[in-house]
Amino acid sequence: MRDVRSWWGKHGHLVLFLTPALVIYGMFMAYPLISSLTYSVYEWDGYLRRGFNGLDNFVTVLTRWPYNERFWGAISHNALFFVLTFAIQTTLGLFVAVLLARKWRGFAFFQAAYFLPHTLSLVVVGFLWRMLLNPTWGAVGQGLRRVGLGDWVQPWLGQSDTALVTIILVNAWAWLGFPILVYLAAVQAIPREFHEAAVVDGASPWQDFRHVTLPLLLPTIAMVTILTFIWDFNAFELVFVMQGASGSPSYATDLLATFFYRTAFGDPTTGGEPGQIGIAAAIGVLMLIIIGFVSAFGVRFTQRSQTEY
Amino acid sequence: MAASSPASRLAARVAIYLVLGVLAAVFLYPVALMILTAFKPTPEIFRNPFGLPESWGLDGFLEVWRRAKFGLYLRNSLLITGASALLLLATAAPAAYALARYSFRLRGVLFLFFLAGIMIPIRLGILPLYLLMRDLNLLDTPFSLILTYTASGMPMSVFLLSVFFRNLPRELEDAARIDGCTETQTFWRIMLPLVRPGLATVVIVNVVPWWNDFFFPLLFIQTDTWKTIPLGMQIFFGQHLVNWSLVFSGMVLASLPLLIIYLLMSRQFIAGLTAGAVKG
Repeated sequence: MRDVRSWWGKHGHLVLFLTPALVIYGMFMAYPLISSLTYSVYEWDGYLRRGFNGLDNFVTVLTRWPYNERFWGAISHNALFFVLTFAIQTTLGLFVAVLLARKWRGFAFFQAAYFLPHTLSLVVVGFLWRMLLNPTWGAVGQGLRRVGLGDWVQPWLGQSDTALVTIILVNAWAWLGFPILVYLAAVQAIPREFHEAAVVDGASPWQDFRHVTLPLLLPTIAMVTILTFIWDFNAFELVFVMQGASGSPSYATDLLATFFYRTAFGDPTTGGEPGQIGIAAAIGVLMLIIIGFVSAFGVRFTQRSQTEY
Repeated sequence: MAASSPASRLAARVAIYLVLGVLAAVFLYPVALMILTAFKPTPEIFRNPFGLPESWGLDGFLEVWRRAKFGLYLRNSLLITGASALLLLATAAPAAYALARYSFRLRGVLFLFFLAGIMIPIRLGILPLYLLMRDLNLLDTPFSLILTYTASGMPMSVFLLSVFFRNLPRELEDAARIDGCTETQTFWRIMLPLVRPGLATVVIVNVVPWWNDFFFPLLFIQTDTWKTIPLGMQIFFGQHLVNWSLVFSGMVLASLPLLIIYLLMSRQFIAGLTAGAVKG
């Protein structure tokens, strides 16, 4: 008893400090994430767990129609989502950040403007662009018609070959402020002397960017790219709000998260067999593997590029 | 650059302002259009999509407020976001303090345990989380959201705050102990007030995504009583899709709270988010 009391006297405050955080984090984050791995190797009847069935759920997702077609379709859409977003933020976003780093008059306003859409809910972003892109009454179509480009107006969100790219661009509109913000902070953290030395050596602005700014930014670019990848492979709201849970038209905008949602929680009207917990869990585990693999790889790259300088 | 003439430097300057200005218009104009459109009745939106509204009446907003139970959703969003922020600070700050300022056997393991969640979105555990909430009878209550948000914010917050705590000088604790403070008093009275910037960063980084979150309310909340603004508005927009005036008014109402805060303190906002992103 005395042992317990003296242990408590020495460590009691630590228990007090750590327990609440551990309980909440362990119970509502660590436990669900870890046990979702086990969900995928059982057979499920609605929300009731039946017998162990090994990798059956994974085999279903990867080989059995319609799951395999949806899964590979969704993966390719998520991949395009990431690649295009990455391309926009590391060219346009980075360029804007380098320009903004000059801190001229009015640049704080520009920065605030770029970030503003990021504060909107994706529900609002989705509905706003759904209205603006309406081919009959939307502002985009009406604007094009007024400047004589009426031929360009298309039902962008209703066609299989334009819907996904349109969604990705809408997402970029809402998202780009964040990479700009982080890149700007990183550019401004580069000591002024580095640039001065380059200029003294006769470097052009492009050479200064290519050989001074860019190498020093690589760790930041890698970090933002990993974050973007994780976020893009979890994207859900925009497609759900603009195209519905089945990623209309005809699954052209279906993503892993909407596929997962349909399989686990959807109702029959959203296209798919709802309440397939085991199969949904398998989709979730595959997402976890993709995200885990890429972020581990990315983190290693970040560390390597950091040690170089 | 050094050899360029004043004229070409001026041209470059104008070009830079032009590029940045056009881009600012791309980001701002749709938001401005949303606000202007919200004042127009539907026929006017179709007839005159770009001009200023013929009158600045608030009828559309009042109608949304009445028909969409907007007041209720606003209360729910405020309560849930506020309670999550308080719970997160109350749990993450002491944990970060313990991990940053004491050495004990489990410290490394616990720190890694918290850190492990920093890159993994909690959404990937939604199935067990959903069944857990159901078994705890928390579905359709605000607690399901508060606990989920607090848990999901924990890794980043513990990490950020531990960086802040680690940077405080050791003499502070020694002085407090000599003055007879217990460990808890040292934390609460001396150390916690010194990391107020860190607490503010934690709140800013987390509150915006919580406030705007649509995913967890969609799954956890069924009845109107605890719907938040994004979920309530998504359902309302879906029901009134042909009434453009109503939808635009609803979008503006839904965005207004954060827009106002952002316009008033965009500097602190951006500084907080930068600190969160750079430290993370």
